[in-house]
Amino acid sequence: MADTLLSIRGLTKAYPGVVANDTVSFDIGKNEIHALLGENGAGKSTLVKMIFGLVKPDKGEMHLNGEPYQPGKPSDARRSGVAMVFQHFSLFDALDVAENVALGMETPPPMRDLARQIREVSETYGLPLDPYRVVGTLSAGERQRVEIIRCLLQNPRLLIMDEPTSVLTPQEVEILFRTLNKLKAEGTSILYISHKLEEIRTLCDEATILRLGKNVGTCTPREVTARQMAEMMVGSSFLTPEPKAGAKGEVLLRCEALSLPAPGAFGTPLREISLEVRAGEVLGIGGVAGNGQDELLMALSGERLAPQGAIWFKGRDVSRDGPSLRREAGLLTGPEERLGHAAAPNMSLTENAVLTAGQRKGLVKNGFINWIAAQDFADHVIAKFDVRTPGASVAARALSGGNLQKFVVGREIEQNPDVFVVNQPTWGVDAAAAAAIRQALLDLAAKGAAIICISQDLDELMEISDRFGALNEGRLSATRPVADLDVEKIGLMMGGAHDMEVAHDI
Amino acid sequence: MDPVLLVASIMVSATPILLAALGEMVVEKSGVLNLGVEGMMITGAVMGFAIAVSSGSPLLGFAGAAVSGAVLSLAFGFLTQYLLSNQVATGLGLTLVGLGLSALIGSNYEGQRAPALGKLDIPLLGDLPVLGRMLFSHDIMVYVSLALVAAVWAFLKFTRAGLILRAVGEDHASAHALGYKVVRVRLAAIAFGGACAGMGGAYVSLVRVPQWTEGMTAGAGWIALAIVVFASWRALGVLIGAYLFGGVTVIQLNLQAAGTTVPVELLSMSPYLITIIVLVIISARGAQGAPASLGRSFHASS
Repeated sequence: MADTLLSIRGLTKAYPGVVANDTVSFDIGKNEIHALLGENGAGKSTLVKMIFGLVKPDKGEMHLNGEPYQPGKPSDARRSGVAMVFQHFSLFDALDVAENVALGMETPPPMRDLARQIREVSETYGLPLDPYRVVGTLSAGERQRVEIIRCLLQNPRLLIMDEPTSVLTPQEVEILFRTLNKLKAEGTSILYISHKLEEIRTLCDEATILRLGKNVGTCTPREVTARQMAEMMVGSSFLTPEPKAGAKGEVLLRCEALSLPAPGAFGTPLREISLEVRAGEVLGIGGVAGNGQDELLMALSGERLAPQGAIWFKGRDVSRDGPSLRREAGLLTGPEERLGHAAAPNMSLTENAVLTAGQRKGLVKNGFINWIAAQDFADHVIAKFDVRTPGASVAARALSGGNLQKFVVGREIEQNPDVFVVNQPTWGVDAAAAAAIRQALLDLAAKGAAIICISQDLDELMEISDRFGALNEGRLSATRPVADLDVEKIGLMMGGAHDMEVAHDI
Repeated sequence: MDPVLLVASIMVSATPILLAALGEMVVEKSGVLNLGVEGMMITGAVMGFAIAVSSGSPLLGFAGAAVSGAVLSLAFGFLTQYLLSNQVATGLGLTLVGLGLSALIGSNYEGQRAPALGKLDIPLLGDLPVLGRMLFSHDIMVYVSLALVAAVWAFLKFTRAGLILRAVGEDHASAHALGYKVVRVRLAAIAFGGACAGMGGAYVSLVRVPQWTEGMTAGAGWIALAIVVFASWRALGVLIGAYLFGGVTVIQLNLQAAGTTVPVELLSMSPYLITIIVLVIISARGAQGAPASLGRSFHASS
C-alpha cells in the first residue's frame, strides 16, 4: 500500500505471567493521526516501546515505508525517522532549553545555531519557547514543548505521543492540537496514545483499540460516539455478574458530599462524593486512572483531612481524625503505590508490618516495639498470603511488585478491619495471586467488614463487588447493584455524563 | 604595610586552595561528592616534594603530584562508581588514607629543602611600576591556576563535553536514558579533581613553605570543599572564594606579626570563622545551584 507509513503485523510480546501484546496488527497511514486507545494495562505502552526500539518483540514484524523495520535501540528508531515524546519527560531541570535539546540529539549544531533553530521551529508551530530559559522554571506544557521540539528538529516521519495531555491545562491542550494538525498537514504521521475519548474524537483520523493486549477493533473516531469507543475499550467479554447473596448489615462508612481541592498541580479535586457501604458489602469503584482515585483514598485514610461532617464511620464523624485514629477505630486503607506509600522501600517487612499494624495488633507497648510479636505477625502474613520472600527481614524494595502487593494487602486484612478501602489491590499481580487477594477480600466481607475496592480492572470489580460506581473528574456516579449493569451502562458511567448525551438516565 | 607585597602574598596563599576547590567543583558538577580533598592534597604535597627533591625539577614535582592525586582519587572512583560504596564515608576514608600515606612516605624527607620554583620574568607586564611586582612576577603555577579557572569555566559553559558532564550531575538517570556513559564521565571528573588537589598540595610543599612537614596542608582541603559551596558551583565564585580565604589568612598573619592586642588564637581562627559565616549566609538563601544528583550513587539497573 502506497499510503501506509508503518505497518505492524502480528506483534507479540510476553512478560512472565502476562502477554502484554498478543498478535497485534494495524497500519498507520501517511498524513494520519492514529489513536491507540485502551485502558491501563491494555498493552499500549509496550506496543509503542517496541515501535521505538526500547523493547524487542517476541514475534511479528514491522514495515516502515514498505521496508523491514527492526529498531534495536531508540537511536535506530530516530535514524529511521521515528520520534517519541514520553509521558514522563526526560529533561534536566538546571539546564536551559537549548542545552536540553542538544543533549537529545545525535549530532547537535553549535549552540547559537541551535537556539536559532529552536526559535524558528517554535514560531512555525505556534509553540512559544525561549531557548535560554532554564527548564526548571517552565510549566508542564512548556516542558512538553521542549520534548516536542527536540523531536521536530530531527524531522520525524512518525511522531509517537504517549498520553501527552495528561499533564496539560485545557489551553495548553488546544495549542498542542493545533501543532499536531499542522504537523499532519506537512506530512508527519502521529501515533497518539490516550484514553480520553473526547480528545480522540476531535483530533484523530483513525483509532486502534487494544484490550488485554489484543487489537479488538479499528474505527474512525469522528464517525462513532464516545460511548461506542468506551464499549470497545471495556469489552463485552466480561462475565455477567451474579447477584450476590447474603443480607447486608448496617452502614459502616458514609461520605456526605465530600469535596476536597486538588492536592497538587496535577491532582484531581474531589467533588461532592457521597457514598455509603454496609457491613458485609463490597463497593467497587471504577473509572479511568487519574479521575480522583488516589485523592479519594487519601481522604478516606485520613492522610488528607476532610471538612467536618463529610466522613462518618460507624455513626461517628471521623472527618478531622488523622490516619492513626482512624486505623485504631477500624478503618484501614491500602494505597495503590506500593513502594513509598504502602510500604517504606528500605525497611524490612517486619518493620513495615509494625508501621500500620502496631496499634491494632498490640505490637507497640509504652512506646516500645515488641519485635517478637511483630516478627510473628509478619511471618503470619507471609505464610497466609503466600508472599515469596526469603524472610520477614528482607527489605520491602527487594520483593517483586506482586509479592509486595500480597504483603501490604495481607497486612491490612489480617488486622480484621471493620472497613477496608483498597486501591488497585491486584495491580501487577499474577493471575493466581490476584485470585487469592480477591478471595481474601470476599472472605473479609463475609466476616462482616465493609470493603471499598477502587480498581481499573472492570472484570475484577464485576467479580467481587455488590455495587458499582465510577469516578469521573473527581465526581462519583450514582452507585448501582452490579447485577443491573451491562457494558453500555458501565461505559456511560465511566465516561461521565458530561461528555455524553446529557439527558441519558443511568 | 606594603600593599604590593600584601596582594602578592595573597595570590600565593590562595593558589593551593584555588586549585583544589576548582577540581572539586568539577567533580561535584558531575554529581560526585568527594570528601577526600584533604587526603589527595597531602598526598600530592609529599609526592610532589619527593619527586622534586630527587629530580631537582619542581615542575616534574607538580606533574608527579597531579598523577598521584589522580591515582588516589581513582581508588575512590572505583569504590564509589563500581562498588557503589557510600560517597561520604569513602571520601572521609580517602582523607585518612592520604594523611597516613603521606606521613609514611614523607618521613625521610623532613628537614630537606625543595628546589625553588623560579619566578616568571614576564617582559613588559613585569616591568610595570606597581602592578608588575604585584601581579606579574609570580611563579608559573599561580598563572596555571588562573588559566585553569578560565578553562574550566569555558569547558562547562561552551563545550559539549561540559554539557554532558553537567547533565550527568543533574540527573544521572535521564543522562543514562539518553545514552551517555554516566560512570565514565564521573571517573574522568574524579581523576581531574584528584590531579588538581594533588597540584594544590604540591604548591604548599614546594612554594609556600617550602619544605615537608607532616600534616602540612592543615585543613586546606576542607576549606576547598567549603569554597565550592560558597561559589555556588561556579568557576568565578571559586576564584573569589579562594582569594577571599587567602586574603584573610595573609592579613591575620600580618596582624599577628604586627603584634595587635587581638588574641593570636582568635586571629588564627579568623579565616575559618569567616568561611563558616559566609557559608551560613549563603545557605540561608537556599541551596544555590547544587547539582541535583550530588552524592547519589548511580547504577544502570535502578
